[in-house]
Amino acid sequence: MSSTTRGFVGRHTAAERDPRLPPGQYDARHDFPVLSAEVTPELAPADWSFRIDGLVDRPRSWSWDQARALPRERYDGPIHCVTSWSKLSTDFTGVSLDAFLAEAGPRAGATHAVAFSHTGYTTNLALADLTGGRAWIAFDFEGEPLTPAHGGPARLLVPHLYFWKSVKWIAGLRLLDHDEPGFWEVNGYHHRGDPWAEERYSGD
Amino acid sequence: MTDSIPAGPVNLPPIPAFAAPGRAAPSLRGSVDWQSATVVEVRRETPNAVTVRLALPVWHAHVAGQHYMLRLTAADGYTAQRHYSVASAPDDEGHIEFTVDRMPGGEVSGFVHDVARPGDTLEVRGPLGGFFAWPGDRPVLLVAGGSGLVPLMAMVRHRRRRALTVPLRLVACARTPQDLLYAAELAPLPGEEHTVLYSRAAPPGYPHPVGRLAADTLAPHAAAAVADERYEVFVCGSTGFAEHAGRLLTAAGVPTTRIRVERFG
Ligand SMILES: Cc1cc2nc3c(=O)[nH]c(=O)nc-3n(C[C@H](O)[C@H](O)[C@H](O)COP(=O)(O)OP(=O)(O)OC[C@H]3O[C@@H](n4cnc5c(N)ncnc54)[C@H](O)[C@@H]3O)c2cc1C
Repeated sequence: MSSTTRGFVGRHTAAERDPRLPPGQYDARHDFPVLSAEVTPELAPADWSFRIDGLVDRPRSWSWDQARALPRERYDGPIHCVTSWSKLSTDFTGVSLDAFLAEAGPRAGATHAVAFSHTGYTTNLALADLTGGRAWIAFDFEGEPLTPAHGGPARLLVPHLYFWKSVKWIAGLRLLDHDEPGFWEVNGYHHRGDPWAEERYSGD
Repeated sequence: MTDSIPAGPVNLPPIPAFAAPGRAAPSLRGSVDWQSATVVEVRRETPNAVTVRLALPVWHAHVAGQHYMLRLTAADGYTAQRHYSVASAPDDEGHIEFTVDRMPGGEVSGFVHDVARPGDTLEVRGPLGGFFAWPGDRPVLLVAGGSGLVPLMAMVRHRRRRALTVPLRLVACARTPQDLLYAAELAPLPGEEHTVLYSRAAPPGYPHPVGRLAADTLAPHAAAAVADERYEVFVCGSTGFAEHAGRLLTAAGVPTTRIRVERFG
């Protein structure tokens, strides 16, 4: 385990540490840092679309208006970035992925998905991490449209995994019968990314 | 990497391609294991930045641009961890250098500035990140804002240490001359073009306007990167700086697929 660093006194004592913070994370409070490896694209809602294909019975795509017509939900819980910041309360509004998946009809053999952005960023997720009310396509943050730097007009939101899984500028999901590592995962990051298990890098 | 995604059972439309490939094969062991590094030197770079030189018991050469995680542990077991880019060249075997800006009230940067001294041991893991990395194989344009110069300086140092001849362009933005990191090394060598810009105050008669990075100033560098498609562009700095520089570069015609961005938060 970790050894004591001479002279280091943290901002908090271990006992004061908020139990909602996964190991190794700190509370960024009002900050919402931006992390992405790309130039932020300027994507108008009219140019945005979301599709689900691969191992589904009814592959289809939704326009901005079609996606926005689905029932809205709110997520106000924590998010966790692999670079160590967490935000303990947020306020995202969007549509549950369950609603999209119900229309596409995943096949029995579908176990994983590649989520991809309009810029070609990809990440892999187990289908079980995308269903059961734990993943959304989010449009708004704190009552305002998501800014481009934060993935606007729409991003994937999978808050129980590290935030690199929550693909910005989301374009679609491809359902597969196996796990297929995405952009960060081939660059040394963990395939699942559970913050509570501290699954940051491959091998963690 | 997207071409590895199988087409699936029916004919599927292609997933949009993210053309910029990863540059560094991730070192799996290095990514995973924490090790206790020894501080061998703490040197002041500017009033707001210090460089910490660490000796590593386990050496995994990084690729210029990569970073490490630094973890501090208090006596009661409380830990804080942050990422720091490697400033030194990969050939500086057994050693890495971080250059850390003091953040007001910063938990980890404050410790590095006020407490760390030679002989201390600090826990690190790395090298990390396989995308913001330059092995020295292609011409590069480096665009730095403030401490965003740190990983880009590793690239400059790598090129010099290996005597590489591949062209390198550097645009470094600092608040004032006294805030400029590594000033003594920022004189271009053959094959290098440098432009240093100041956002708050510049010496009298300085050839570039004081203020935000301007399209005109970036233009000759962007034009070189547009003209030679082997060029890769690395942008590093605060989110505000990275967003601004990214917009200027794309407006100047640099394809986004050749721009790699690292945001320090
Ligand atoms: C890939 C990567 C590479 C990086 N490379 C470098 C580098 O080479 N050099 C470098 O200097 N930095 C680098 N950074 C940034 C670095 O990781 C840290 O974010 C930075 O040093 C600040 O950490 P800190 O602990 O000092 O500040 P923090 O304690 O995290 O605080 C940051 C700011 O928020 C305020 N704040 C946040 N929470 C609280 C709170 N609870 N109470 C009071 N104030 C609060 C602080 O006042 C401070 O101004 C890099 C970041 C990334 C992601």
